Amino acid sequence: MHWLALLRPGDWLVAALGLAICGVSIPLAWQGGVAEKAVIKRGGEVFAELDLSRNRQIEVPGPLGITTVRVEKRRVRVVSDPGPRQYCVRQGWLARPGEIAICAPNQVSVQVQGGKEAYDSLSY
Amino acid sequence: MTRSVTKLTTTPEDHRIAQLAAAAIGLALIDAAIPLPLPGVKPGLANIVTLIVLARYGWATAAWVSGLRVFAGGLLLGQFLSPGFFMSLTGAVLSLLVLAFASRLPGRWFGPVSWSILAAFAHIGGQLLLARLWLIPHNGLFYLVPLFSAAALAFGIINGLIAARLLAELPATEPLTAE
Repeated sequence: MHWLALLRPGDWLVAALGLAICGVSIPLAWQGGVAEKAVIKRGGEVFAELDLSRNRQIEVPGPLGITTVRVEKRRVRVVSDPGPRQYCVRQGWLARPGEIAICAPNQVSVQVQGGKEAYDSLSY
Repeated sequence: MTRSVTKLTTTPEDHRIAQLAAAAIGLALIDAAIPLPLPGVKPGLANIVTLIVLARYGWATAAWVSGLRVFAGGLLLGQFLSPGFFMSLTGAVLSLLVLAFASRLPGRWFGPVSWSILAAFAHIGGQLLLARLWLIPHNGLFYLVPLFSAAALAFGIINGLIAARLLAELPATEPLTAE
């Protein structure tokens, strides 16, 4: 028996509906556009905005010392930080809009931003 | 009336449910053994049994078989009452709810493949909701929705086709209830 013979007319409809859900979910889930710049904040204030298309490395002075941030191949990461637990360093490369690395002890944060601002806060 | 041996009276219906649940549990174990790259994406082979039971014996039997599979499968895999168990329970409950409606769709137009796709989406939808509310309370989870829905569609179609084929090839020993 041929497999296609097992499909009834409505089955095609349901399958097409499923495909439509998949199609619609892609822009909804993967919104945020293309990563364009990295915003570096120190003590809550913008310290620098780095264009992701240009590779460079900058040093951000904080209360504990120097936090080094590097942009490379349209990604950004914290290279070194004086904080004790190194969470922001271990987070590695950030490439998608909305991604953020926070070096709390040294009061430095690095966030990737895209063309349009996606929702970035949660409230409870 | 006391007897030294505990005697359970069982009906042929109980036997049938037990046999079908055993088949479903076997498939659930095979399912768990298949390695897949993303946690949460599984073929859900045991649902083939649920679909066949739904077509042959009706929704109540399908609910029994599916429920027994979730509980016994959880015990056998050592994940009873773990998050994985609740994920699978939520998925099973939501699929059964959707199947209750799907099996009432006109049989001329909508077959096991439709049921399977609808149930697969209900399954993953319920699991995503539970995961979002309980396990991973962060919207980053929804980043995976396209992958999950694509998997639901693909495995839904495949399982539905297998169920439809088995239904077509296996002679009905009992009167069909859902036709």
